[in-house]
This record gives sequence, structure tokens and C-alpha cells, in this order.
Amino acid sequence: MPESSTVKDVLSSSVECRTSPLRRFSLSALHRNSLGVFCSEDNVQECLSHISQEVSSFGLRPAWTEPGSGSELNIVAALNCMYDLIQLHRRGLRTLENMEVEQLKSNSNVDFLQLSTTRLKEQLEISKRENTGLLERERQLQLKVKSLQNCLKNEKEEVQKLQNVIASRASQYNHEMKRKEREFNKLKERLNQLLVDKKEKKQAIDVLNNIGRADGKRSLWKTEKMEAKHEGEMYKTLLSDYDTRQRELQLENAELRKVLQQMKKDMVSILSSRKPAAKGDKHEHGGTQAASEEEDDEAFDSSKESVELYCVHAREKLTNSIRLQWRRLKSHVERLDSQVSSAQTGESKSTDAVPRETHEEEMDRLKLEIQQCKDFIQAQQQLLQQLSSPCDEETASLLSDCYMLQEKERLGDEWKTLEEQRKIFERERRNFTEAAIRLSHERKAFEEDRATWLKHQFLNLSPFSDSKKPSLSKSKSAFLISAETDSSAAVAPEKFIKHRSESPRCVPLTSPSTADLYRTLCLIPEDSSTKPKRKTEHVEESSVFCGNAPVRHKRWDGIQDRTLSQEKNSSI
Amino acid sequence: MTNHTAPVSPVSHHRHITRNSCDCKMNFSEVFKQTNQLCKVSPDGKYLATCVQYRLVVRDVSTLQILQLYTCLDQVSHMEWSSDSLFILCAMYNRGLVQVWSLEQPDWHCKIDEGSIGLVSSRWSPDGRHILNTTEFHLRVTVWSLCTKAVSYIKYPKACQKGIDFSRDGRYMALAERRDCKDYVCVFVCDDWHLLRHFETETQDLAGLEWSPNGCVLAVWDSCLEYKVLLYSLDGRLLSTYSAYEWSLGVKSVSWSPSSQFLAIGSYDEKVRILNHITWKKITQFEHPAIIDNTKATVYKEAEKRPGVGSDEMPLHNITMGATLFNTQSKYEICPLPVQIPVVKPDPDRASPKIGISVLAFSSDSRYLATKNDNMATAVWVWDMQKMSLEAVLEQTSAVRCFQWDPLRPRLALCAGNTKLYLWSPGGCVSVQVPTEGGFQVQSLNWHCSGDSLILLGKEQLCLCYMDTDQEDK
Repeated sequence: MPESSTVKDVLSSSVECRTSPLRRFSLSALHRNSLGVFCSEDNVQECLSHISQEVSSFGLRPAWTEPGSGSELNIVAALNCMYDLIQLHRRGLRTLENMEVEQLKSNSNVDFLQLSTTRLKEQLEISKRENTGLLERERQLQLKVKSLQNCLKNEKEEVQKLQNVIASRASQYNHEMKRKEREFNKLKERLNQLLVDKKEKKQAIDVLNNIGRADGKRSLWKTEKMEAKHEGEMYKTLLSDYDTRQRELQLENAELRKVLQQMKKDMVSILSSRKPAAKGDKHEHGGTQAASEEEDDEAFDSSKESVELYCVHAREKLTNSIRLQWRRLKSHVERLDSQVSSAQTGESKSTDAVPRETHEEEMDRLKLEIQQCKDFIQAQQQLLQQLSSPCDEETASLLSDCYMLQEKERLGDEWKTLEEQRKIFERERRNFTEAAIRLSHERKAFEEDRATWLKHQFLNLSPFSDSKKPSLSKSKSAFLISAETDSSAAVAPEKFIKHRSESPRCVPLTSPSTADLYRTLCLIPEDSSTKPKRKTEHVEESSVFCGNAPVRHKRWDGIQDRTLSQEKNSSI
Repeated sequence: MTNHTAPVSPVSHHRHITRNSCDCKMNFSEVFKQTNQLCKVSPDGKYLATCVQYRLVVRDVSTLQILQLYTCLDQVSHMEWSSDSLFILCAMYNRGLVQVWSLEQPDWHCKIDEGSIGLVSSRWSPDGRHILNTTEFHLRVTVWSLCTKAVSYIKYPKACQKGIDFSRDGRYMALAERRDCKDYVCVFVCDDWHLLRHFETETQDLAGLEWSPNGCVLAVWDSCLEYKVLLYSLDGRLLSTYSAYEWSLGVKSVSWSPSSQFLAIGSYDEKVRILNHITWKKITQFEHPAIIDNTKATVYKEAEKRPGVGSDEMPLHNITMGATLFNTQSKYEICPLPVQIPVVKPDPDRASPKIGISVLAFSSDSRYLATKNDNMATAVWVWDMQKMSLEAVLEQTSAVRCFQWDPLRPRLALCAGNTKLYLWSPGGCVSVQVPTEGGFQVQSLNWHCSGDSLILLGKEQLCLCYMDTDQEDK
């Protein structure tokens, strides 16, 4: 980590020269005030001692070995000392420069942060306004919903009421109708009575002479016997109807049974034809008892076929046997299917297994032949070349043309393949860029997630008042994001920003330097004045990773002040 | 299709001969007058009775010569042959009178006067010796005997769609009855009007009853407010109850197949349901979709062609020459599927909406079923009962008025209130122009019992159409 080393360097140097400037300043002021010049003829000794004191305070070797050696300067030592001083000075200058740059950068950073804070505040304001607007709308909508619910309730009640009305009306209507019908019937009755009472002469039949019955018989008296006869006839017709229907059904049944028998016979024949063929493997299967069972069944069926036609029990048997045979047939078919499939695989295997040797022989033979052919071709080519070299130009050109053509073709082919490859590469590259874009998107999303997570964590941890919490967290998160997004804004501070933006990313994981820093920070809180840059880092980290937010917060405020004042100083 | 109007044939006087593309020859008789569409062929197929105002004319079917002419007391509102073809009943409802005429004894007469009680319906009993008169308000049914002059009354007949039905063999009569706000069915023996069975039915408001052709099962259905069909045995046992759905208008028409094997129920949901005679459960249902995409069905569409007149002069021409207006020729075209059948949306606010299956007719061999859906008035649907699928659809240019199966062959005749007669058979479909003067519009038709001729009824005219049987048999 180059950054941490430079920081350390700066730190050590600043620590070394921490106390001296004040003293020097006072001394020099004293001297200047009394003499105008620092060193004169009179106070050489004093100056010497003072300087040696000062030099020793810088931790350098004194310019002269001892005071006893007089006022003569040890030139070598003095030069060395001067050199050291110059070096020191240079280093100090460099540090200052660095610090200034740092200062500038942090100033700009601060500006930026302030800007973003104001922007965010604005945003917050806007979103707050929006929020209130939305809340208002929600309230209105809720009101509307409430009113609608009321409406619905009312409507439901209305519907219920109407349904009740309808029901009551229906019952009323039915009742009315019944009443009316009764009345109507009464009226009919009355009318009938009246008409009968009136003995109207008009209602009459006037026939020239009575005609005989269509069947020529005389009409019969109504007697019990007649009634019985009618009943009997009715039942007779019914019976005959049932009879015909039964006959029809019987006919249908017989036909169906015939079909069934036919089916059964077919099945039996199929099964029996299979049996001798299957007998061979039956022994293997150990299914001999099944075969004997089958045979028994068949014997039974064929013998009883004539008997079973009209008996319920027999019918059951018939259906059962059919069912059994059907099942058998099914299993047989299945077995056949499996056999066929296995045979197919077996076939391939057997054909492969049996003549494998012959195959191999054949293969060897063919390979040999190929080799021979190749040799032959090679020999021919050689001969051709031998021929082509001494022969005349025409044939040579012809041959070369041939070769050229061949070459051209080959090149064309190669070109094509290359083109294809190029296309493939193109596609791959596109895929890669897409993937990269996606990756960056994902990273961004991750960053955001992390920021929110951090914020969340912070919010959970911080015991601050609610009013301060959101603004702080916001500003911080905004910093994190903006540091990244604005990294290209300025070229000079880019590196620093990068460091800054990266450090929080890697720090929480393993970096020991940050831990160190934190430790030092906690141990020497007064350091804040001299190490603004480190402070800012600490702010970020401690805010998240250590719990003592109040300390940090105060410090942060202090840093702001400090940095501002420093900025002023540097500008002066 | 070309209709050749041949010169009058010498054998049958005043006949027009028409040949159609099927090469089956059709002869048309001269036009006769009739009123109230009262025109009936005797059950034995020998005579044709027509009413013209107050006159009853009986002709020989083969020669169309007038055999008898009777004069009634007033304009006849109903006319009916007795089952033995010996007597003709003429009812004059507005005067409460029934007159009976004998074909054998022209002098014989009979007059039944219902008097002030009024008359709304009159019919023969199956034996041809009794007359059943329903009085006004359905007060009672009066049974008059022509043999004994005896009169008997049946009280509480129900006023409904089909309240009386005789079994095919004429032995039993079922009568719907309403007492104490409940529906009953009475089964009478027609021989001596003995009440054989009397039972309450499980209906809200019985709408009709019909015997199965073998006379052993009685189908009873509820009013359209409730889909309910009940099947009773002759002895009054409830065999089965069928209801396809609830809460919607229900049964509109019911018909037995001649074999008594199927019961077809047409309903307001535009479907026909077929029940079987063993379990009385639904075998299948025939839907009447507006778009036919059943690939097995043939759709015949009637296409009209006006002969030889330029389209611009058409309207004027038509107005001035009314006769030729109806002489447009038409033929059937087989439509490629799918076909859209024109549908008229019924007015939901009106009672008995024009929707649903109103007419069902089985062919004599029970092989085919013809149906008509009221909101597709121009289409007749023919269903194959063996395949239980749609066989053909006949889409006419105008609304179908009436259709009837040939009593012997699977042949359907239909009319659509225009000058044409349409015939369908499994082999194909023809449209025949009725070659008569004065624009004879066929409103209704009846087959002769032999299936050789058709009686076409116009508004005030009638005309016979003879099928050339020799050609048919080939």
C-alpha cells in the first residue's frame, strides 16, 4: 500500500517538527526585536549555542564538536548541518506542497459535499412534499373507499331488500293465483250447475238414426267384470310391451354374446398359437404352472360354452374368463412389445458380437488397402514432380496454374473459415462487452445496496436524535456514491479520490492500516488538528464500524472547521 | 334447376307436369278453393274433404272429382275425418255447433248443439263413434255417442298446450286435469270411457302429455317455466323424471320417435335432447349453433335467381307484374363450411320469445329427425339418429312455415310461404316451383298417407302435387 507509507512518512516528519516552530518563532522574534539581525560579531557565541541547541533539537549532529573549541566553526560539520537543514527544509517544503494539494483537494471535496448536501436537501424537501402530497391523496382515496364501501353496503342491503320483496311477491303471487284458480273453479262449478239446472233444450244431439259401433258389437254395461277386464287388458298390453322389449334385449344380448364369444375364440387361438412358441422360454421363466392353468381354463370354457348362455352364474364366468383372457392377451402383447424392443437391441448386439472378428479383419484389410493407396498416390505425385521439373514451360505453367488454382481454392476456403472465425470472435466480443456492462450495472446495484445497508446499520447503531440522523446518513451515502461517480471530474485529485473511494471498500474487510489508524485516532484525539486527511477517513470508517458515534461526530465538525481554516491559511 | 311446364296431360285433367333436376317427375293439380286451411284426406287415403265457407266438398283423391257436397249451418272452423273414413265432423265453434256427415249415407245427418255453454274444441274419439267436445272455459269435456245418443261429461279438463292424447291404437285416452290447484292425469279406456287410472303428477303447471307410439308410456311435461319431463307407465307408475337445467325457460316441444325408442325434447336453450326408452336418460343432445362447422353435415342454401330481367327495371317490373314477382327460380347450392345461419335476436321483454326448438319431427323410419329453431327461422335441421349427428341443414331464403315427413319414405317436404315446394331426402335437395297462376303461396302442406302426393295449402287455395312413383322407385 503506497498510500499508507506516504501517510506514515508525512506523519513522522510532522511529529518530529511538531513542537519546534513555536519556540523558534518566539526566539527569533526576540532576537530580531533586540538587534535587528540574528547574528552579529557580538553574539556569535550565543548564536552558535542557540543554533547548536536548535540543531540538536532537530535531532541533528551539532555543527561543532564542543563549545570549548572556540568560535571556529567546524566547516565540515556546519556544512553537513546546513545540508541536513536544507534537506529538512526541502522535505518540509515538499510536505507542505503535498499538504496544500491535499488541502485543495479536500476543500474541493468539501465544496462538492456541501453542494451535494444542498442538492440532497432539496431532494429531500421535494420528496417530503411529494410524500405529503401522496399522503393527502391516500387519505382522499381512503375516504373514497370508505364512501364506496358504504355505498356497497347500502347496495347490498338494497339487494337483500329487493330479494325479500321479490320472494314475498312471489309467494303473494302464488297465493293469489291459487286463490284465483279456486275462485275460477268455483265459478266454473257454478256455471256448470246453472247450465245443468237450466235444462237447456238447446244442448242436444240430433241424429237421424243411431249408427252401429265400428266393430259391429253392442256396447256393454259397465260392470265389475268390465273393470277387471280393462285392468287385465292394460296389463296385457304392458306385458306384451315388456315382452317385446325383453325379446329385443335378448336379441341384442345374444348378438353381443356372439361377438364376445368370437373375441374369446380369437383370443384363445392367439394365445394357444403363442404357447408352443413360448414354451421354450417358459421353462426358463419358471412359468409352467401358469401354462397349465391356462390350459385348464380353456378346457373348462370350451366345454361349458353351450351351457353358460343363459345362466347368471355362467355369465359371470364368461365375463370373468374373458376378462382373464383379455388380461393375458394384454400381458402377452406387452411381453411381445418388450421382446421386440429387446430383440432390436439384441439384434444390434448379436450382429455386432458374432462377426466382430470378421469386422476387424475387414477393417485391417481396408486400412492396409488405404495405406497402399496412399503410398501409390505419393509415388505418383513424386513422379509427377519429377516430370514437371524437366518438362517444357507450357506444361510447367499449366501445372503451376493448376497448383495456383488449387492454392486459390484452398486460400478461399481458409479465407472463409477465417471469416467465420472472425464473426464468431465479433460475437464473442459483443457478448463480453455486454457481460461487462451487465457486470458494471450489477456492481452499481451492489454499491447502492451496500450503501443502503450501511445506512441502515448506521441508523440502527446511532443513538442520535431523529432530526440529525437522516441528513448525516444521507450526506455520507451521497459521498460514497458521488466519490465514485465524480472520479473523472478533476484529473489532479483523481488519484486521491480513488484512494478515498476505494479505501472504504477494502478497509472493512481486512486492511490493518485502517485498524491502526482507528487505534491511533482513539488514543490521540488531539491529533485531529494536524491530520485532517486521516480524520476524514476515520469519519467514514468509524461512523460505520465503531459504535462511539458522538466522539466521531464532534470530531467531524471540528475537522470541518479545521480544514476550512487551513484552507484559509494555505490561500494566504 | 329448370322447371318445364309441360302441356296439360290428357289423363289427369288440369294438371301441370314439372320435371326437376333429380329427374323425378312431379305433377301439379289445378287449384281449388278452401277456407281456414280445412282440407283433409281420409285416413284410408281415398277421399279429400275441403271446406269452402259453409260447404263441405268431398272429392276422389285420384280423379279430384266431387263425390259429395254438404252444406253446413255456418262457416266451418274445424273439420275432421272419422278413423274409419265414413264420417266427417264439421265444427262451428262460434255457434257451438257440430255437424257430422256420412259418406255412405248422404241423407244421414247429425247435429250436436253445445248450447250456451260454448265450444272451443271438437274431435273424434278413435273409434269414430264418439265426439269429444271441449266447452268454453274448459268447463268440461262432453262425450257424445253416435251409437246411443248418450252423453257423458268429464270435468276439470286442463286448458293447456296438449291436454288430451289418444294412444296410437285408440284404446286409451290420457287427459290432463286440474283440481285443487294440482295437476292430475286421467287415463280412460276409450271403449266405454271407463276411468282406468287417475294419478297426480309432479308438475307445477302441466303443459302437455303424449303417448308413446306403442301406447305404454305417457310423457308429461311441465310449462316452460320449469324444465321437467315425466314419464309414466300406462298403469300410472312414474318411470322416470328428466330435467336438463333449472331457472331458465324449459321445454318447448316434445316428440316421440315412431319406434318409441327415443323421446326428443326441444327447449328454449336451442337444444334438442334425446332420451332413450330403457333408462330414460339422455343419450345425446343436438345443438343448433349459428355457425356450422361440422364437417359431416351438408348445408344446402337456397339461392334465388330472377329470370331474364335486367336489374335496373326490376322494382318497377315487380310492382306492376305481381304474378311474375313470385316466379323467381331458386335452387339449392351446397355451401362450403363453415356456414353462418342468420339469427334473429328475440325481444327479451316479450312473453314466449321466438327462440328455441319449436318443431320436432321424426321420419317414419325413425332414422331422421327434423327440427326448427325459432330464432333461425329460415333453417331446417335434419339429424341422423343412427350416427347421432347433424346430417343436413336447409337454409331457405324466407322463413320456414311448415315441414312434414313422407309417411313411408325418409323424405321431408317443406314450405316457406312462397310459391315453391322444397323436398329433402338423403340423396339431395330440390326446390320446385308450383306452376299455378295467381301466385299460389304455400302456407302449409300435408302428405297423402301413401306418400305419393302432397296437399299444398295456400291462403284460400289448395293444390295437389303428385310424385311420380315409378321414377321414385327407380
